[in-house]
Amino acid sequence: MGTTARNETWLWIAQRASAAVLALCVLVRLATIIFAVQDGLSAAEILARTRGNAWWLGFYGVFVLACAVHAPIGLRCTFAEWLGWRGPSRDAALLAFAALIAVLGLRAILGVFL
Amino acid sequence: MSARFDYRARNHPAYWAFLVHRVSGLALALFLPLHSWALAQALAGAERLEGFLRWTDLPLVKLAEWGLVLLLAAHLAGGLRILTLEFLPWRDWQKSLAAAAAAVTLAVGLVFALAL
Amino acid sequence: MNALKVSVWRGNAQGGGFQPFEVPRRTSQTVLDVVTYIQRTLDATLAYRFACRVGMCGSCAMTVNGVARWTCRTHVDKVAADGRLEIAPLKNLPVVRDLVADMREFFDKWARARGRFEGAQTRRDDFARVAPQSAPRRQADAGIECIGCGVCYASCDVVSWNPDYLGPAALNRVWTLVQDERDTARAERLRAVAGDAGCHACHSHMACTERCPMQLSPTAGIAGLKRALVKSALRGEL
Repeated sequence: MGTTARNETWLWIAQRASAAVLALCVLVRLATIIFAVQDGLSAAEILARTRGNAWWLGFYGVFVLACAVHAPIGLRCTFAEWLGWRGPSRDAALLAFAALIAVLGLRAILGVFL
Repeated sequence: MSARFDYRARNHPAYWAFLVHRVSGLALALFLPLHSWALAQALAGAERLEGFLRWTDLPLVKLAEWGLVLLLAAHLAGGLRILTLEFLPWRDWQKSLAAAAAAVTLAVGLVFALAL
Repeated sequence: MNALKVSVWRGNAQGGGFQPFEVPRRTSQTVLDVVTYIQRTLDATLAYRFACRVGMCGSCAMTVNGVARWTCRTHVDKVAADGRLEIAPLKNLPVVRDLVADMREFFDKWARARGRFEGAQTRRDDFARVAPQSAPRRQADAGIECIGCGVCYASCDVVSWNPDYLGPAALNRVWTLVQDERDTARAERLRAVAGDAGCHACHSHMACTERCPMQLSPTAGIAGLKRALVKSALRGEL
């Protein structure tokens, strides 16, 4: 991941695109939480909604992947500006962080889907 | 030569909007893996989920949840401000978008608090 | 009227500190008047810059009570409510001496951003006909009054956090050139301003827009550059 004009521009595009996706996902999720919590949560209720539900899996899958793109790119600027951390070591660390988000997120979703 | 944090030059709405956006982003990035991991642990089965959900009834956890929703709403509102500034043609009123973002954040936080 | 308690930064690139002065208060006094009084009456060794004294050249830009401003256009009444003034050189720039900042990197970055018009016509060609109400021309006009005073650069947090960042003035100038239909170096210009050192590092703190004495909005210009770069990237021009 070099710092060419092309790479940087595509990173920026990915950041803004994933932001737009997340904005939608978060609004849906917030609405769901607010309405779900109002009636009280029970495990049976949640699992009845999620088990074998492909739409639900698809939605949260997109959510997790968008997070895995958006968070590391956001941290990239912050690390550079507030910690002075630039260069390949920073990018490698962020790539690892992206993998962590993706893996943990997908694991959680599959646990509730299967 | 300048002070470590000189607020005098920074005391305008867009700066605070940025700071809230960045700090909330950092907090969310820290929380996200934790959240996924905890969820994966708890959802190993219905019984574990029930136990986990009872745990979510604790006041401390409720407070943390409320804080989290607030962070999420704040970061979202700040992000919408950025997207509007960057993609819509320039208008003077966009300066007050920062204020609108703050209002939206508060509104969502309150709604969630009421729902608890 | 009481005297003003003025703290003036003295020193050079190696360092320095604030020195106190007492200056008699006068009606319609500007901060530049205060600095001039100090240098002429109290301490002739004080170094500072000014030229037109009437808010047209931007040479007298300094940090007044923590905020970058043109000292000739800053009335003491407006900023020294409690009778105190703190005057320092512009931030984010190396100091030459006392209140004089070294503007070289400011202009070097302007050049690095390719903030210079590059046309294809010669004096033998007819005038270019540019419709003043066309959308690109209106965008360019909104930003061309920049006189390179450095106030935006001194106010920008990203400049202080990122030594390579080209800064609001240079980027604003590139935007006006990108919107100039006579310009021939569009692709190279956009390449020069992409990335961490360029427009993508702007987080819209809008300090530049708040402080610009010409009431320009570099934030808007930089947002325009970001949009232009998306189009370029999608077309494979980068």
